[in-house]
Amino acid sequence: MLKYDLVVIGGGPAGMAAALKAKECGVKKILILERAETLGGILEQCIHAGFGLHYFGEELTGPEYAYRFIQEVEKTDIEVKVDTMVLEIRTGNVVVATNNKDGMLEISATAIILAMGCRERPRGALDIPGSRASGIMTAGTAQKYVNIDGYMPGRKIVILGSGDIGLIMARRMTLEGAKVEMVCELMPFSGGLQRNIVQCLDDLGIPLKLSCTVIKTHGIERLEGVTIANVDEHRQPIPGTEQYVECDTLLLSVGLIPENELTRMAGIIIDPVTNGAIVDENRQTSRPGIFACGNVLQVHDLVDYVTAESQIAGEGAAAYIANRPRGRNHYVSVSAKDGVRYVVPQNINENTDKDVKLYFRVADVFRNAKIIVESDGKVLYSKKKPKLAPGEMEYVTIKASDIGALEKKQLTVRLEVPTK
Amino acid sequence: MTRDMICVSCPIGCALHVELDDAGNVLSVSGNTCKRGEKYAIDECTNPVRMLTSTVKVNGGKLPVVPVKTSAPIPKGKMFECMKAINNEVVDAPVKMGDIIISNVCDTGVDIVATNEV
Repeated sequence: MLKYDLVVIGGGPAGMAAALKAKECGVKKILILERAETLGGILEQCIHAGFGLHYFGEELTGPEYAYRFIQEVEKTDIEVKVDTMVLEIRTGNVVVATNNKDGMLEISATAIILAMGCRERPRGALDIPGSRASGIMTAGTAQKYVNIDGYMPGRKIVILGSGDIGLIMARRMTLEGAKVEMVCELMPFSGGLQRNIVQCLDDLGIPLKLSCTVIKTHGIERLEGVTIANVDEHRQPIPGTEQYVECDTLLLSVGLIPENELTRMAGIIIDPVTNGAIVDENRQTSRPGIFACGNVLQVHDLVDYVTAESQIAGEGAAAYIANRPRGRNHYVSVSAKDGVRYVVPQNINENTDKDVKLYFRVADVFRNAKIIVESDGKVLYSKKKPKLAPGEMEYVTIKASDIGALEKKQLTVRLEVPTK
Repeated sequence: MTRDMICVSCPIGCALHVELDDAGNVLSVSGNTCKRGEKYAIDECTNPVRMLTSTVKVNGGKLPVVPVKTSAPIPKGKMFECMKAINNEVVDAPVKMGDIIISNVCDTGVDIVATNEV
């Protein structure tokens, strides 16, 4: 059995940042396991610019952002196994993995960081009637076809869902000569970043149809068209609003799901809202020594935040490896209510010596709502925000001294919405 | 003449209202909640620019294409012209990060550079 201080599962931005931070904090033997043939993760196919504005203070493309971390990893003695699939995390923090060169691997680790990222919600999750014609795929699949494999998957496109990947692909396909007829969004607002709506749709005159969905696909061998319809406030199609749109390709950008099969198999407790592990402020999961960060923990909209979160996990894992803490953690529990969908981390060690950033998403678009963090009726933080939207992750910072001083070991993040 | 737009300088997304004279000069900007909004509106009305990213065909590489970007933002109106130039280009492997693939693309004074290695 191989032995490492730290095994990182996933070599995308989360895994690389976590491994590098752990190395910087003094962890000796580190191994990154990556399923693809190279490090970099999904950034390799995200060739558009807009990455790194927060972290590097400059606008990079996805591959450039990844490259900086790949270079850093190569400068260290962090070991990397690519083309390697992790199958299981056994008790005692043993990672079981396999690849063509080594066959089956059993790797014992003092700490493990989960950084497997997320995947796109597929067609099967949507229940759209129609045959299994070719030409129906997720936006990320089309992104790989165009940006990595170098060919166009279609010419006349309808996009369902206004997530960021869908918006980015609307522009990309248009620039490559395809006609993007429209982007349909079930909700009355887009889940994508405002910048992407302006620069990917408005710039190119692509209509964004809100409260609208695809109710049927047409064509047997190849997609020939879709029927769209407006939806009511319960997201049900409104009879009489159906419209046929001719197209050969339907791209789906309808949400991302953290890839937590390994996490679940390992018996780690999952937050039903984020679909990621429940973690403390060091990003440690319910299993001691196992940490989680990046899109496998909560779906991010900016890679910069993934990097920041993964550095926390790297530092947390390093501290765990150095101290081997025993005994139960005493937590302050963090919950979300009144317009706040979830908060990460869900637990904070009551004796934390670091200020803690609480990351959260809201459930709807709110204007001039007040973010309130309180405990037992006592307000620790309150700030009015001109606009809050589900597509933009927010955070507030709570001082370590305030957390230590809490009488009731409980924090709530909520919104106070102005009455109309 | 007036123009309405949404500011993308930050996530607030202020709805900007711009008054222009007949020559296209900005007379006033309203609806913004900070100075960046005014600058955004003026830039958008007088000289809108965008970063352009795409891929260029590669011969003999591990992958068939290499991602590229403009080394600086280019005028918004020149995006499709530059795309044509990019799509006509073919390079031989190996391509290194930052290699200039097309210099001074479509007389913009901006280069097309590689953003990965192939």
